[in-house]
Amino acid sequence: MNEIWAGILSAFRLIFALDADLVEITLRSLQVSLTALIIASLIALPFGTWIAIRRFRYRRATIATLNALMGLPPVVVGLIVYLLLSRSGPFGVLGLLFTPTAMIIAQVIIITPLIASITHQAMRDLWAEYHDLLISLNTTNRQRIITLIWDGRRALLTAALAGFGRAIGEVGAIMIVGGNIDHATRVLTTAIALETGKGDFELALGLGFVLIALALAVNFAIHALTKTEREGRW
Amino acid sequence: MIRLLAFLGLFATPLAAEQMKLAVTTSFHNSGLSEVLLPAIKEDTGLDVQLLVVGTGQALRLGEAGDVDAILVHSKAAEEAFVADGFGTHRREIMYNDFVLIGPEADAAGIQTAETAAQALTQIAEAEASFVSRGDDSGTHKKEIALWVDAGFDAESFGGWYKQVGAGMGASLNTASGLSAYILSDRASWLNFGNKGDLALLFSGDAVLFNQYAYLPVNFRRHDHVNAKAAEALENWLTSDKAETLINAYTIDGQGLFVFNATP
Repeated sequence: MNEIWAGILSAFRLIFALDADLVEITLRSLQVSLTALIIASLIALPFGTWIAIRRFRYRRATIATLNALMGLPPVVVGLIVYLLLSRSGPFGVLGLLFTPTAMIIAQVIIITPLIASITHQAMRDLWAEYHDLLISLNTTNRQRIITLIWDGRRALLTAALAGFGRAIGEVGAIMIVGGNIDHATRVLTTAIALETGKGDFELALGLGFVLIALALAVNFAIHALTKTEREGRW
Repeated sequence: MIRLLAFLGLFATPLAAEQMKLAVTTSFHNSGLSEVLLPAIKEDTGLDVQLLVVGTGQALRLGEAGDVDAILVHSKAAEEAFVADGFGTHRREIMYNDFVLIGPEADAAGIQTAETAAQALTQIAEAEASFVSRGDDSGTHKKEIALWVDAGFDAESFGGWYKQVGAGMGASLNTASGLSAYILSDRASWLNFGNKGDLALLFSGDAVLFNQYAYLPVNFRRHDHVNAKAAEALENWLTSDKAETLINAYTIDGQGLFVFNATP
């Protein structure tokens, strides 16, 4: 128990002293995970909506696969991205291994199925409501997808936040493809793993509380910006 | 087109100093010596050395694939094979430290009074006292296996008291601390380790526990993107008088950790 208190105190010390290293790795965590979230959302939101409204031959198989991919093990994703980006791999000439870009690629792969799957669940119900209206207005597929995404934006926000949560707390994949290089690819989660390895639980726990606070702050900020849960709206 | 270039520019890292990637072992990094050497290297040569902290096995793999420019590891046989197979240009010895046997203060196997490392390990095996092994193909793990062989044992045949955790030095020490088990560690990692619990340094000083670190530049003929110039500049610095002074002067709790032994 003492160690947990020491960890909380250490977190406050780190935050109030605005430790330069802490600010740097926190900003990098945000940069990597938010970029991954934006890219994944651009892919997953239209895709999840599309499979909710379209009927095609392998639809059930696609949905089942998508749901299964929600549990994609990050370590395996990391290893595959690592092998692809390694100098001796197919994309080695790009020189992307051990850069924040490599970490973003791995996180996009991990969170896209999660966001697409939650999007699909939410859009399926909304589509049942909008089906007759949108068909009778003779809308194109593109118009239907845009309408559903706009009117279902609250549910999609949940999907995106779930994706962000998985990205910001992820360590297995980014450790492998980022390499945890100081001042280059070190983020909060890999720094926590490193400090735990050194047996410095106090600092590791301090960084952990900073990470939790960061996740809370991002969620509050997004809710405030999109004005959810206010009187008269939901 | 201009917009595209501006967009790409956002992702490019500013190239203030020349960068190179060096794979080092966890034991070297945990010692804290890198935090003394890297700023001095930057100051003298302008090199921005990015450290990838991995086990010796993975460091060698990174070098084989050409993902780093040089490696600094401690496993002589594997290093010589690395150079013989043409993955590295040559092997240069830089410094050494030593391995120590850590265990619970109560010392059920009584290794404190052992004469040699082989005898200490024999006592642990005979007492079947809990022993944590790195089990990650690192330099320390390879050393431990070799020590068991010297003592006349086959680590594969051990029972449940021999636990292979497959983790880095710090994580393995955490496990040993939790289990009050014996473990082989390099001295630097042990002194810097923060969660000692009831563990203590029980045995050290045998010449077979000697731990030589060597620097191996990755073969630029195999991988033309390798920054051979930076790797050479770093090698020259690591074998310089300044490096000798810094390495020999580095202490934790008043104990010297590394002994510089590069030949000019």
